[in-house]
Amino acid sequence: MKYYRNTAASLGLCSCHVCGLVSRIGAETGGARCPRCATRLHTRKPHGVEQCWALLIAAYILYLPANLMTIMETGSLISYRKDTILSGVVHLWQNGSMGIAVIVFIASIVVPLFKLLTLTWLLISVQKRSTRHPAERTRLYRLIELVGRWSMLDIYVVTLLAALVQMQSLATVKAGPGAIAFGAVVVLTMFAAMRFDPRLIWDPLQKES
Amino acid sequence: MSDTHPPPELEIIPAAIVDKHHRRASHLIWLLPAIAALIGLSLAITSYLNRGPVITITFMSGEGIESGKTKIKYKDVQIGEVKSVTISKDRSHVVVTAEFKKDAEGLLMKDTRFWVVRPRISGGTVSGLGTLMGGSYIGMDVGTSKDSQLEFTGLEDPPVVTMDEPGTQFKLHAEDIGSLNVKSPVFFRRMQVGEVIAYELDRDGKGVTVTVFIRKPYARFVKANTLFWHASGIDFTMDANGVRVNSESMVSLLLGGITLQTPDDKADAGPAPANSVFTLFTTREEALKRIDSIVETYLLVFKESVRGLAIGAPVDLRGVTVGEVSRISVDLDTRKKRFVMPVEVKFYPERLRASYHTKSSLPGRRNSRKLINALVSNGMRAQIRSGSLLTGQLYIALDFFPKAAPARVNWAQDPPEFPTILGNMEQFQTMLMQIVQKLDKLPLEEISGDARQTLQSLSETLKNADRLLKNVDTTIVPETRLMLEDARKTLKEADKALAGARQTLSADAPLQKDLRDALREVSRAAQSLRVLGDFLERHPEALISGKKEDGR
Repeated sequence: MKYYRNTAASLGLCSCHVCGLVSRIGAETGGARCPRCATRLHTRKPHGVEQCWALLIAAYILYLPANLMTIMETGSLISYRKDTILSGVVHLWQNGSMGIAVIVFIASIVVPLFKLLTLTWLLISVQKRSTRHPAERTRLYRLIELVGRWSMLDIYVVTLLAALVQMQSLATVKAGPGAIAFGAVVVLTMFAAMRFDPRLIWDPLQKES
Repeated sequence: MSDTHPPPELEIIPAAIVDKHHRRASHLIWLLPAIAALIGLSLAITSYLNRGPVITITFMSGEGIESGKTKIKYKDVQIGEVKSVTISKDRSHVVVTAEFKKDAEGLLMKDTRFWVVRPRISGGTVSGLGTLMGGSYIGMDVGTSKDSQLEFTGLEDPPVVTMDEPGTQFKLHAEDIGSLNVKSPVFFRRMQVGEVIAYELDRDGKGVTVTVFIRKPYARFVKANTLFWHASGIDFTMDANGVRVNSESMVSLLLGGITLQTPDDKADAGPAPANSVFTLFTTREEALKRIDSIVETYLLVFKESVRGLAIGAPVDLRGVTVGEVSRISVDLDTRKKRFVMPVEVKFYPERLRASYHTKSSLPGRRNSRKLINALVSNGMRAQIRSGSLLTGQLYIALDFFPKAAPARVNWAQDPPEFPTILGNMEQFQTMLMQIVQKLDKLPLEEISGDARQTLQSLSETLKNADRLLKNVDTTIVPETRLMLEDARKTLKEADKALAGARQTLSADAPLQKDLRDALREVSRAAQSLRVLGDFLERHPEALISGKKEDGR
């Protein structure tokens, strides 16, 4: 793995987030603006770590109700059941839809949890100015950015069913409070991932050199 | 711009515009986890507060109960859910753990009952059909107790009557259960007013106690003197009254049932209190028979056979049943070396009194004895009679036999012995025997000889009479004819005489004419006398001076 000694920041350069123009910002403590589009320039996402932590903690908190509370209520002529994510997975598995059960399990339980844990590790490592496995960490970050939106699968299913299956007493599907919490978890982790600045992973390496 | 000059290779890169407005770091982002924590906390608190009580119910079997699926319903509203089903440690039953909704807390009373609702088909009713599709659920009936409880023993069968159903329970004592079952209907005037809700064998095993539930508006018809009897099945009786087949409604034929009736009584008793104990009679007749509160037992000792006399046979007083046979036995009279048949009867002295007698004037036991003594001394006896020639059934009749040998009621004995008299058949037989014996004793030979002689003399007498009649014919009859002719002549004479008399008396007869003339003369003379009288009245002096000439 090649470690580049200099970063743009160490050279006093900064690229615009919006138009991509690279400009020199020097060492001033004050703010700087893009000379082309006048967008505020930052060498690193401002308060990125702090905001990422805040979003992450909120996501952690909401992760509990998302998994403990009912995500979907299905009522039909002969039965009425309330499902949490996990009970739904178990139900699907028991009824033979093992493939779907695995998909739901991965998309709804593994991925959000993976995202939360990964972001936590990234943040801690960045704050500790760890120099170990920067490339792997970056890859992880890319991965969580990629899969982030797919954990909304559950919410898509619930919202679709709730909208479509409304046959009064014959069959009804309602979204439970868990769905809101789950959706919030997914959105919060997506924002947290966005607020995380992957360049911070590489900063300690540059300083060390 | 910047004080430090950039390396020459970076000169081509434009410098950024310096922004004077320094943007302060925003900590508003921390509101987000705070809000999330708040939401999470509130959810946790509400879920904790809303968490209802968790109870355990033990059942004999876990049929149809699934953890996390089986609901607990009260009045068909879901108020709880089964969380787990486990086998008890001693493996004798199933322990169901269920969680209730928060608002169901007040329903878990000490006497709250739980049962599994499954489809059931019993007798005339089908229940729990909805569970065929929706699966079994646990039904419950909230108790009335004030104490709450979290451990319950489930019922194996759903209770017939829920606690909140208005009505009254009564207990009935019966000799046997008959064809009754739980849910057997209770009829009042052939209308279903309640059900059997439980039955159990008495502790001493000598009877059965049936608990019935009478619904609210009808419970007030159950009085202290109400009678209950089995309405089950077909009642086929053959007794002194003949053969009878009696049956209740089809439902009770299939299910069994109980009929209740309150005898029409002047003394209208109030409704019976809950859990009052009544006797459940086997038949309507038996029930109605036993409305008598006073029962006296008497012993009747018969010398003749009691074949055909059954227990329950009526004791009849001129057609009115006043008692019944309760026991028949046989006894050896050691002194006279013969068998006697002691028959115990139940006697209802109340039936001897007219119904218009008020209750207060009912004589006590002592008075009753006095009355019985008087009746016996008047010749009242018990007698076995044949009730029906067809069935050969016997009954006991009480009647007066003024010619019966004097007897007394032996009050010292228990039960007191009431004097009896030989039955009709027996009497008839003994009389017949006596007649035969007397006939046997008759000197029939002599009598027949005498009779023959008598008959001979009688025939002679008849011959004499015949002769006499012939004599009469020949001598007396012609004379009589002559006599009659004379009489006719005499009558003719008389006729003539009468015709003469009529002539004499006719209108134009001379005698009549003369008489009429004479009478006319007399009337003229009377006229003259009247003229003279008038004249003298006007001229009384004429008597002295004589009649003056007119116009002078």
